[in-house]
Formats: sequence, structure tokens, C-alpha cells
Amino acid sequence: MSDIKTIISNVCPSVTFEESDGLLINVPEKDWHAFAIHLKDDKELDFDVLTAVVGMDWKDSIGVIYYLTSTSHDWNVIAVKVVCEDRENAYIHTVSDLWKVANFQEREVYDMFGIKFINHPDMRRFFLRNDWVGHPLRKDYDANPELNPIRLDDEINEDDSRIFTLDDNGKVVETPTKVFNEDDYVVNIGPQHPSTHGVMRFRTSLDGEVIKKVDITSGYIHRGIEKLTEGLTYPQILHFTDRMDYMSAHQNRHCLCMCIEKALGVEVPRRAQVIRTMMDELMRISSHLLAFGCTAMDMGATTAFFYGFRERELVLDIFEKTCGARMSMNYNVIGGVIADLHPDFVKDVKHLIEIMPSRLKEYHKLFTGNLIAKNRMKGIGILSKENAVNYAVTGPSGRGSNWSCDCRKKHPYAVYDEVEFDEVLETGCDSYSRYLVRMKEIEQSCRILEQLVDKIPEGDIRAQVPKIIKLPAGRWYQQVEASRGTFGVYIESTGEKTPFRVHFQSPCFNLVGVMDLCCTGFMIADLITIGAALDFVIPDIDR
Amino acid sequence: MGIDSIKSMKREDFKDNEYIDKLVEELNASGANVVVGKLDQLIDWGISNSLWPLCFGTSCCAIEFMSLGAARYDMARFGFEVARNSPRQADYIMVQGTIVHRMAPAMLRLYEQLAEPKYVIACGGCAVSGGPFKNSYCVVPGVEKILPVDVYIPGCPPRPEAMFYGLMQLQRKIKVQKFFGGVNRKEKIEEFFAAHPEEKEEIG
Repeated sequence: MSDIKTIISNVCPSVTFEESDGLLINVPEKDWHAFAIHLKDDKELDFDVLTAVVGMDWKDSIGVIYYLTSTSHDWNVIAVKVVCEDRENAYIHTVSDLWKVANFQEREVYDMFGIKFINHPDMRRFFLRNDWVGHPLRKDYDANPELNPIRLDDEINEDDSRIFTLDDNGKVVETPTKVFNEDDYVVNIGPQHPSTHGVMRFRTSLDGEVIKKVDITSGYIHRGIEKLTEGLTYPQILHFTDRMDYMSAHQNRHCLCMCIEKALGVEVPRRAQVIRTMMDELMRISSHLLAFGCTAMDMGATTAFFYGFRERELVLDIFEKTCGARMSMNYNVIGGVIADLHPDFVKDVKHLIEIMPSRLKEYHKLFTGNLIAKNRMKGIGILSKENAVNYAVTGPSGRGSNWSCDCRKKHPYAVYDEVEFDEVLETGCDSYSRYLVRMKEIEQSCRILEQLVDKIPEGDIRAQVPKIIKLPAGRWYQQVEASRGTFGVYIESTGEKTPFRVHFQSPCFNLVGVMDLCCTGFMIADLITIGAALDFVIPDIDR
Repeated sequence: MGIDSIKSMKREDFKDNEYIDKLVEELNASGANVVVGKLDQLIDWGISNSLWPLCFGTSCCAIEFMSLGAARYDMARFGFEVARNSPRQADYIMVQGTIVHRMAPAMLRLYEQLAEPKYVIACGGCAVSGGPFKNSYCVVPGVEKILPVDVYIPGCPPRPEAMFYGLMQLQRKIKVQKFFGGVNRKEKIEEFFAAHPEEKEEIG
């Protein structure tokens, strides 16, 4: 750590350092962009992944915290804090030219906080309607429903975008731009479309049948979870994670619990750690089975859907017996898990592990080898490794581009450092590779379960935690490997019962960010298969 | 698992669904049009056994609805299996998930595009009342604010069995509807006279 500090001080003398759950670097706004170039391009630093962009409102000032990861330096994570000089006319220089993933992230911050990003190519709102009044996550937001009633008039397509630049006097200047060219032929897909896997809207400009550009309109399921958490206590916010990416409910909740436990300094009993790991892997199996079924159904192979769901029901039965629900399990709690395992748990898991290999063979026979499936997935939706890193596409989609990015290997948590499993990598960089990674990850998850199922230790399922949970003042960031990629939770506390700010860094947000890149140059019919192979869950994007 | 494990509700209570049917039987016993009544029954029987849903899932409940379509729960048994992607071909809209401000106009448009007779089911806590997100700045607290709801299915998400219960409740409702309309003519005349008192004097 100390040598990173000296390198950074040499590069940018104006920075100051802080220790709060890792290194935090304070950078003045005027030096931020130049410093960001150093962070990314200097070989000693080499922070090639922008992990999270967290907008912040500290009441007296407003700013952004960037979390950066260096893949070449042992997956080292640092935080960079940039504070705006003027609260009412807040601006920060964009880094979307360096890390492309920042494009949507900064649009979200603009939407929620009203911070203008200088030189950002497309500064529009991301989640809320264009006629929305105010920026909800600001602490001085006026929540009066009369300002923002339920509007039942159709929203007007916003074709006008804007670029903010700084003039010589340091004033922010707005330059209008267009999202599409005048003579573009634009086809609208969504928000109500069964193959967008939820309510997502794509506006695609076409050249014949070939896609020229995909413009993403999100926010059709933006529920304002981050704002809601600010009024609730820590045990009360847990349930939101189950309802964001409902196919990674256990992992997401695990992540939030781990973040709070880290802040509290609670040691989770070993039995709970093992149970959590097993539940995470069961959830992954169920998620990948659904992904298999839906990918197949999006291509018209309805039979495969029934096969995928047949095995998924077995996993849901295991959940139901132990957690009491098929979905939205609400199983992890701060300090452990809420209930002990059902007596049938071991038997059921063993049965699942036993039948899965033969069932996977069946899937491959049924769908993977199919000529139509191959033709529609092989060589379609190319995402190179460089782009996967730059767009921070993690999870099976990133690993389909041969990027080793498994959080379970890079920052082992729970008991992942004690079990043997392979990180599945494919080199095809196309939809087919992403699909194959998922199928092979089911095998690996079974392997993890096999190692743990007979070794669930006896003991407590929950650590003793205080009745009223108050986190000490500070900030924490925690990551886990969810079914679709690296899921991150950021908590900032001022020592109260309620969090000051909670940010969820969802993997699907980055997945949808590459839709434009992956689809450009392919047929409009491929848009559906590319989306299916990326396998995003919309409530996870919108939160 | 299943019904037996619900502590707050006895098993027998689940069977208490026939009250609508009994009510209608009672009404019909005191006089119903023979021809129109029989035609009504025939048409309602047809509609209720081939209800086609519109694929309208915004979040978690949609996944449970997919389970409904898969082999274990198999909604084809009841005639719900043909989930339509176009509202023009669907009979009812089953709102599965949270409706937020941005989605509200789109949902209303979809409802308006459904052909008559059309029905609405609010499925899951979010659609019923806004659920856990009720206090959010951009969540519609229940679809009833926008659409006329026929059946509410609580749960987060409802179990597939609960969804079936709700869907069958809709079937029962449809089976007793008057397709040709005009049930209570007497009331209508009274309403008319209340609005136009001079007409009543003229008729005497």
C-alpha cells in the first residue's frame, strides 16, 4: 500500500490519503481527469477496471466516489473521492473516455444527483422521466407528490441530448446534440416485450436489417431502492436485495450482510458460512437453469424451457423447505442465517448433484448441438476481452470473453477458499461462449456442493448481534460473485441506526451497457439472442 | 409443504369459494331470461376456459408465472397456457411486479389495447399496493390507481398455487357475468327519472 501512495503522490501531488476500508484518495476536481489517465495507463498503477461509481451528497458538499480495480496487481481495489466545488452548479470531468463503463454510471449519477459530467458525450437522464422535477438522491430533494404526480400521458422520446463543456472562464456551457441522425430509420423494441427479459426499451437505428446503433432507455422498473434504504434500519433494508436480482437473491443478500458484518466486526459462525456458500451455489444453479431455458425459448426452442424448469423446481424445493419460500427467500441475516437447515437438506442436495450430470447431457443433446442454436449464437455478439475489461462486464458474460474475473477466486469470501473449483473460461467472445460458460458453471457449482454437503459443521447458525444495530461512522465496500457477475454494496454511515447512503453496484447494469457494442453490425433478429446470452435482469439494472 | 403448512388458514377454508356461484343461482332462481340466460352461460363457459394472458411481467412475479407455464404447475390444464405477447390477442392483463411512474402510461396503453371483454389481475404485493416499495418516490401504490382490478393475488411473490387460486377466482367471476348486459332495468329507469323528473310526470 505504501508504495502505491508514493507513486500516486509523485504523479499528482495535490491528492490526500485516507484509510477507510481500504485506501481512499481525495482528488481535487481540477486534477481528476489527468489523474485518472495516470491511474489507468501507468504500468505501476494499472487500474483497468472501474468497479463502481457512487454519487454522494454529504449535505454541505456533493461529489462522487469511484472504486477502481487493478487486474494485474492482485485485484487491488482503491477508492477515489472527487468533491464538486459548487453544490448548486455541480460538475465533474467525465472518465467515460477512459473507462467506457462510466458512460451509463455517470448518467445515473446525473439523474440522481444533478452532477453534470463535463465532456460526457450523451448527458441525458437514465432512470427517471425526462420531465421529472428534481434529483431524488440529493438530501434536499423535495418529495412532494404534487411536483411529480403519476403522469399518464405518454413520454415524449428524447432525441435531443447535450454535452456539457467548460469554457475559458470555467463556466459550464451546454451544447445540444442528437441521439440519432436525421435520416436514421429507428425501430422501437420494448418496454413491453417478452424477450427483453423484463421491461427494457431499446431504440435501434437500422441499415436494412443491420443494427447501426442501440439506444437504451431504462428506468421502467426503477423503484428507488437506494433512497428507501436511507429511511430504514439495517435489518429492514436486507429484503430489498432479494428483489433486485431475484435470480441472485442469496448472493446479493449475502453481500449486504457481509458488508454490515464487516462494519460491525461480527464473526460469522462456520456453520452459517458453509450454509451461505451452499445456498449461493444452489441459487447459481437455479439462475443458470433459468438462463438456459429462456435463451432457448427466445430462439423458439420451447421444449428446452420445460427441461430447464424441471430441474429448477428441484432447487426451489430445497429453498422452500429450508427458507420457507420459493423466491425472495429472505434467508441471510446480519450475523448468519435466519433458520437452520431442513432435515431433508442433505438428502435433497445429494439427489440434485447426482442427477445433474445426466440432465446436463440431456440439455446438450437437446439444444447445444442444434444447428439453429449454433448458427444463431456462434460468432454473434462479439465482445473482445479488452472491451469486457473496459466495460467491466463480469460474471459468465465476461468469462465468455476469456476474462478471468471470478470474485470467488480473486477476493475469496465465506468458505470459497477451502473448496476446489475451476473458473470456467471460454475464448469465443460470442453468445455461444457465454452460453457454454453458464452450462459449465452448473457443473462447477455441483462440484462445490459435493465437497460441502457432507461437511456441514455443527454449531450456531447466527452470531450474537446487538438488538439495535448501529454502524460506526465510515464507509465500506463489499463484493461477491452473484449469478450474473460481481455484485457490490457500498454503505456509508454516520453512526446512526439508518445508513447515510447505500449504493448497489449491480452486474446487470454493466451488461446492458455493452448492448450497443455487441449488437452493432449484427441483424436485428440477433438483438434478442445477444440479450438472452448476456442474460440481464432488469430490476437489477434499475434498482 | 403446500396448503397444510399454512397455519393461519384451515384447509376447509380454501373450499369456501362457491359463494359467487350460489349467489347467482339464487338470483337466477327468482327469474332469468331463458334464452339470453342460456346464451350467457354458454359464452361465459367458453371465455372462462380459454383465458389468454398478456405477457406483462416487470419483476419477480413474472418468474413465478413462468413456473406456472412450466411442466410442474402446467397452467394449460385450465386454458391459460397461450400467453400472448400482443395485447390485441389477449383476454386479461396480469400485472406481475412493481409499476413505476415511467411504466404507468405504457401499462395503461396496453390495457386500452386489449379487446373487450378484458380483465385485470393484480398479482403480488407491488401490484396490489406498492408492496415494500410503497413509500418510494416513483412507485405507483397499487395498479388500482390506474386500472380497474378484478382479482388481487397477494404474496411476494405469490406461490404458483396462489396464482392458480386467483386465476380460478377470475374464472368464477366470468362464469357469472351477463355477457349481454342489462341486468337491473328497474334501477336504470329510476336513475333516468331522477335525472329527468318532467318525463315521469308526463308518463304518469
